Amino acid sequence: MNTKLHIQSYCKIKDNTVTLDGNVVFKDNADDLKSFLKSTYKHLNLKYGKFFKMDSLSKIAFLASEFIFNKSQIDRKSDTIAIVFSNNASSLETDRKHQKSIDNADDYFPSPTIFVYTLPNIGIGEISIRHQLKSENAFFVFNNYNAEFHYTYENSLIQSKKADAVLGGWINVDDDKNYEAFVYLVSKKGEIEHNKKQLNKLYLK
Amino acid sequence: MENLKQELKAKIIENLNLEDFKVEDIDDNDSLFGDGLGLDSIDALELIVMLDKDYGIKISDPKKGKDIFESIQTMAQFIMDNKTK
Repeated sequence: MNTKLHIQSYCKIKDNTVTLDGNVVFKDNADDLKSFLKSTYKHLNLKYGKFFKMDSLSKIAFLASEFIFNKSQIDRKSDTIAIVFSNNASSLETDRKHQKSIDNADDYFPSPTIFVYTLPNIGIGEISIRHQLKSENAFFVFNNYNAEFHYTYENSLIQSKKADAVLGGWINVDDDKNYEAFVYLVSKKGEIEHNKKQLNKLYLK
Repeated sequence: MENLKQELKAKIIENLNLEDFKVEDIDDNDSLFGDGLGLDSIDALELIVMLDKDYGIKISDPKKGKDIFESIQTMAQFIMDNKTK
């Protein structure tokens, strides 16, 4: 018999605002995404220099997971936490930067530190390194947030005992103004039932 | 040479996104890797690109990087001896 699963906590980052479980926890008037993400990092009092090397997609994923893990009752050392993310822009913002560096054959100096982020799943790697997660993970590219797919995949990972919890969500960065993160932790604990309807409701909230 | 060392410190902070560091935090003989600035292998590649782009130096043997990138002092000396622009 399947165990009933819940959304233990959820975090949204959009329009220079961070909400956690529906409550605004940080807001900033930064002019650009980079400054906003830096302010959010400082708000969390983090000491993790590698953060500044990440691209915006990885930074948003990283920060959303920090807010969630800070609040969650998950034991990150003993519980197995899988990660399932998706978006529609893949790593487009970074891909554009990389393309710009190789456009001109006479000034051809691709940056290794930019190139390493030309895959969306690198953000999952950053979270895994930070929290020492050695679990199942996947990053999918869809046209829109696909609650049914996420529900099915996340539920399957826990029911089949591949994971004790799943960090799931939609993290999309197109450019400086068009970005959003909706990240949540699915586990046996919590009050919001984990199902397609609730995921859609929280995403659109 | 002194100007070059200051320039290198600023470029390393800027190009490698070392936002926790300021130019004055880096001593000329600090290790760039390991216990010093804590740079990693991707940073090493970025430094190789920087030498090529800004000073016209191509490093054909990556093994030489360990000595060249030991510190700001060794980098500056290597650039002074080999720069083509």
